[in-house]
Amino acid sequence: MRPFAYATPPDAREAVLAVAERPDATFLAGGTNLVDHLRLGVAAPGLLVDVTALTSAEIDDLSDGGLRIGAAVRNSDLAADRRVRARYPVLAEALLAGASGQLRNMATTGGNPLQRTRCVYFQDVTTPCNKRAPGSGCAALGGATRNHAVLGASEHCIATHPSDMAVALAALDARVQVLGPDGEREIPFTELHTLPGDTPERDTVLEHGELITAIDVPDLPIATRSRYRKVRDRASYAFALVSVAACLDVAGGEIRDARIALGGVAHKPWRAHRAEEALRGAPATDESYRAAAAAELADARPQEGFDGGNAFKIPLLTGTLVSTLRALAGEETRA
Amino acid sequence: METELTLRVDGATHHLRVDTRTSLLDALRQRLGATSPKKGCDHGQCGACTVLVGGRRILGCLALAVAHDGAEVTTSAGLAPGPDEAHPVHRAFVDHDAFQCGYCTPGQVCSAVGVLDELERGWPSAATADVVAGPDLGDARALDREIAERMSGNLCRCGAYKGIRAAVAEVAGVEDGARR
Repeated sequence: MRPFAYATPPDAREAVLAVAERPDATFLAGGTNLVDHLRLGVAAPGLLVDVTALTSAEIDDLSDGGLRIGAAVRNSDLAADRRVRARYPVLAEALLAGASGQLRNMATTGGNPLQRTRCVYFQDVTTPCNKRAPGSGCAALGGATRNHAVLGASEHCIATHPSDMAVALAALDARVQVLGPDGEREIPFTELHTLPGDTPERDTVLEHGELITAIDVPDLPIATRSRYRKVRDRASYAFALVSVAACLDVAGGEIRDARIALGGVAHKPWRAHRAEEALRGAPATDESYRAAAAAELADARPQEGFDGGNAFKIPLLTGTLVSTLRALAGEETRA
Repeated sequence: METELTLRVDGATHHLRVDTRTSLLDALRQRLGATSPKKGCDHGQCGACTVLVGGRRILGCLALAVAHDGAEVTTSAGLAPGPDEAHPVHRAFVDHDAFQCGYCTPGQVCSAVGVLDELERGWPSAATADVVAGPDLGDARALDREIAERMSGNLCRCGAYKGIRAAVAEVAGVEDGARR
């Protein structure tokens, strides 16, 4: 591991300036992904700026009825919060589907969305990877692609985003509060992460030195009837092959509105606007759910791979979406 | 680069100077002789390094010592109330044959203590049928599912899971939940 300096500035603004002025500096929060990357050689910063004590660890009520989640709120505390469980069960369920109890006690609200792909080639510094070493190539293409993307990938990168929490936040129209060297700005959560395109080294639109200080979830009555469903290779403590975050508003057998995001299928949490559009006004039937999945997956492109590839994700995602929506439609509103 | 910090480990205060790269696990084991937490994978995948910090279970291998200045750390060894006494979780592990080689056991024990506290607080898990209502502790089968899910971050290569589940269930107040 390369030697690094460690700093705990007095406040968030000082922390932002400290990182902004040094290209080899980076923020440290829960450390669950970064410390592993230091050890693997995937990351080699010269300065770690610890922001754990510099952003809020509180969940505050917003005047519009939503919640402001401080960046330092641990994943476990967020999942246990009674307001989150009652108003946004999909968010609590997504958090609880991720990692382990120990990791959820460490991981933070600000850090979780910024965790990096678990693509095995990205994490193995002996293989080419355009995300880790731009221009070096992509070892995943034609490699083991079971865990890779079927939506929005490029010829340079087919990695997926690993966060479960981020999939729920994408469905909930969350907003990201950011502090940078030039001041504050707000980013819609669905615009935080980028698709790989020609710059797979970028995961988000954040500039170097910009710090997530909080994430807001708006008042969203539809979210009281919501679920997170994750499919993985073992029953617990594994990343998603596919996942679905869904909120559904059904009345008189007709779908009035829906919020859907998909995980494990793209470089970013995938907000399923096409599926939502297909569902609005449709009867609450399996045929409608199937049609919605087909609309969303019309442009899906499975990857070939020596492990058999990932074409299985199309029917798996379809089935997961159908069963999740079916369960939600049959459920009394929880609140 | 070196830095100074203070750690309180199993009731004793230590001042030490460490390289900034030192994990909390390595500081405990190599600098302070607290060898109850074990190094398994060193990548946050096995749970052998689990310790309690401020009463909450975390992974010592993914924690930088420098980021835990002033922390109150409890290891499995420090859970014992006295030199010849065992913590209820220790006793339950012995009674239920909840280990074979024992290497993962201190991590399992710390994780179990964390799980029991989380259940007590009514925290839901991925095995909880209704996250709004919280875990159902009255039903032995539901509790066994809760324990299996909540302990999933601790691997046991000997496969003592059945005994581990029963041991944790017993301390949680239910007789041998794993036998169902």
